[in-house]
Amino acid sequence: MSSDLAISVRGLSKEYRIAHMAQHSRVTEAAFAALKNVFRRQEYETFRALDDVSFDVKKGDVVGVVGRNGAGKSTLLKVLSRITEPTAGEVRLYGKVGSLLEVGTGFHPELTGRENIYLNGSILGMRERDIDRQFDAIVDFAEVERFLDTPVKRYSSGMYVRLAFAVAAHLNPEILIVDEVLAVGDTQFQQKCLGKMKDVSSQEGKTVLFVSHNIAAVKALCNKGLLLQGGKLKRQGSVDEVLAEYATRAPVAVQARYGKSSKLQLVDLLINGAQTAVGDIDFLEPLEIEFELEAIEPTPLCIPFFRWHDSNGVTLSEVWGPEESVDFQRYDGRFTFRLALERMSLMPGRYFIDFYMHDVAGKEVFSAPECVQLEVHPVALPGAPRAYEGRHGVLRLASRLSAHSIVSQQA
Amino acid sequence: MSNAGEPHLVIKPQRRAAFFPWRDVLEYRDLLRILALRDVRLRYRQTAVGVLWVVLQPLIGAALFAFVFGAVANLPTGDARIPYFVFGFAGLLIWNTFLQIFQKASDSLVGNSGLVSKIYFPRIVLPLSTVRGVLLDFGVGAVVMSVLLVIYRIPPTFALLFLPVSMLMAILLALGLGFWTAALNVSYRDVRYVIPVLSQFLLWASPVAYAASSIPQSAQWLAAINPMVGILESFRWAVLGTPTMNWGSVVWSAVVSVVLFAVGAMIFQRAERRFADVI
Repeated sequence: MSSDLAISVRGLSKEYRIAHMAQHSRVTEAAFAALKNVFRRQEYETFRALDDVSFDVKKGDVVGVVGRNGAGKSTLLKVLSRITEPTAGEVRLYGKVGSLLEVGTGFHPELTGRENIYLNGSILGMRERDIDRQFDAIVDFAEVERFLDTPVKRYSSGMYVRLAFAVAAHLNPEILIVDEVLAVGDTQFQQKCLGKMKDVSSQEGKTVLFVSHNIAAVKALCNKGLLLQGGKLKRQGSVDEVLAEYATRAPVAVQARYGKSSKLQLVDLLINGAQTAVGDIDFLEPLEIEFELEAIEPTPLCIPFFRWHDSNGVTLSEVWGPEESVDFQRYDGRFTFRLALERMSLMPGRYFIDFYMHDVAGKEVFSAPECVQLEVHPVALPGAPRAYEGRHGVLRLASRLSAHSIVSQQA
Repeated sequence: MSNAGEPHLVIKPQRRAAFFPWRDVLEYRDLLRILALRDVRLRYRQTAVGVLWVVLQPLIGAALFAFVFGAVANLPTGDARIPYFVFGFAGLLIWNTFLQIFQKASDSLVGNSGLVSKIYFPRIVLPLSTVRGVLLDFGVGAVVMSVLLVIYRIPPTFALLFLPVSMLMAILLALGLGFWTAALNVSYRDVRYVIPVLSQFLLWASPVAYAASSIPQSAQWLAAINPMVGILESFRWAVLGTPTMNWGSVVWSAVVSVVLFAVGAMIFQRAERRFADVI
C-alpha cells in the first residue's frame, strides 16, 4: 500500500429506494388507499446514485468532482463524509475528514456570531480548545469582528456565508471536502475562499475534494478531476483532461430513450435546414430547429415541452406548447414541431435543448434529453470594435445601446 | 498526520452496532456540551418572565393537584406531616425531569434534521444533549423544593442520599424511551402525535398526583409493572422522608430503566445509518 494515499475508494455503490405512491386527489381516497396499504408491502424501485465507483486520491491532490445534476457528486461526498452509509464497497480514508456540504448548516439564527463559531466548530468535529486557538483567525477571515455579539439572524447573507466558510476552513482536517459552497457570496469572497483552499492544499499539503458547477473555479483550484455520469465514474485524470471530456461529452444519442413505448419516435432533426443534432450558429443569427416525429399509433392528448440549458445543466428557459399556442392534441403519423428564434441572443457558448412530450396528467409520453446541442460563436455586431464572448453572461439583454451628448437648448 | 499505510477510517456498509458508542460520545463531548448550552440559551429567549417559568410551571401544577386531590377528593399523601401541595410539587419535579428528557430526546433528530442530513457526528449526541438542560431546570426546581421544605418544617433525612439513584433511574428510563422514539420519529412522524397522548396516560397511571398507597387493590397489577412507580416513590421518600417504601418496586424500576436504556441505545444505533437518507 502506497503511503502517499489520502482516499481509496473501491466498488462504491449507493442505492436509494423510491416508494411508488399513487396520487389521490381526495382525502377519502387517500385514507382508503392507506388502509389497504397497511397490509401490503410497499413497492419500491431502487435507484443507484453511485454505481461501482473506484478511485484513489493522493495526499496533496486537489480533486474537482464534476458531472451533471444527478450524476452522483453529492452522494459521493455524503458517503465520504460519513453522513450516509454506502450500500456496497469500501472507502479508506487516510486522515481526518472535514466536510462542508452546505454553508451555514448548524448555525442557529438566534445565537450570536461568537456562540455560533463554537457551535458550528464543534458540530464539524472540532474540540473546544482548537476553536479557542483558531478563534481570532476565523473572525479575521470572516471579517465580522464588529458583529461578534449580534445574533446571526441579523447578519447579511454575505456575512453569514463568510462566517460559515471561515469556521469550516479552519477545521484543520487532513482531507477537506467542499460541495458547491461558492455558489453563494460575492465574487471577492469567492476568490478569498478559493485562495484559502489553495493554501490548504499547496502549503499545508492537505487533500481537497471540491464539487462545483463553476468550471472556472475547478480549473483554477484543482490539479485532478473526476467525472461522474449517471452514478458511474466516467473519467479520472488531470483536471484538464476531465474538464475537456466534461465539456465535449456528446449529446445523448437521439435514439436513446423514448419513454417506455417506442410508439413515438424522433425520426429527424433539422437545424437551420441541415440534418444534424449538433448545430453551429453565429451570435444573433436566426435559428430554426425542426423536430420530426412519427407516431405509429395515435398518441394520447399531449403537448410538447422544450428546455434550454447550459453545459452546467442550469435551466435557461422552458418552452411549453400551451404557452406558445400549441395546445393538447392527438398526433398520428408523421408530424413536426418547429422551434424558431428570430435571433440567437444567448451569449457565445455551448447550450442544449431537452425535448419532452407530456400527457394531460403531466406524465412523460416521450423524452429526448439533450437531443440538440448548439454552439454559439462570437460575432462582432455591425460597427462594434469587439464581440461578446461566453464570459459576458448567458443572455444579451440589449437591442440597442447608444451615446448622446446633451446640449443646452436655451438661447 | 495519520500514519502511512494505516487508514484513519474505513467506511463500509453495515458496521456492527456497539452496545453504547462510548468512544464516539467521548470524542464529541464538547459538541454534547455546546448543544446543551444552545438549548438552554434559546429556551427562554423572547419570553417575558424567562427562567421564572421553570419555577412557575411546577408550582401551578402542584397547586392544582393540591386543590383537586387534596381539597376536593381529600386523598391522603400517605404521611400526615406532608401537605398535599409539597407532595405534589415533589412528584412533579421528578416527573417533569423524566418527561422533558423523554419528549426532547424523541424530537431531537427531527428537530435537527438540517444537521443530520448535512454533517456527520454521532447521532446519539442529539438525544443525550437534552439531559443537561433539563437538569438545570431540575436544579432551579430543587431550590424551590428546599424553600418549601423549610416553610413547611420538613427536616431532611438520610434517605436524601438516595436521591441521585432515583434521578439516574428517571434519566435512563427517559433516554431509553427517547432513543427509541427518536429513531422511530425519523421514519414515522406519527410519533409526534402519539407522545403527548402517551405522556398524559403515563402521568395519570403513575403516582404523581396521588400516593402509591392510594392505588386500589384492583389496579395494583398496573402499578407493579409501571417503572415510574418506584422512581416516584423513592424520590419522594428521599426528599420528604415519607415512611413507607416498597423496595420491590424500586428494584423493578432500576432493572427496567437499565434494560430500556440499553435496548433503546441499540435500536438507535441500528437505525442510525439510514437517518440521513430518510429524514
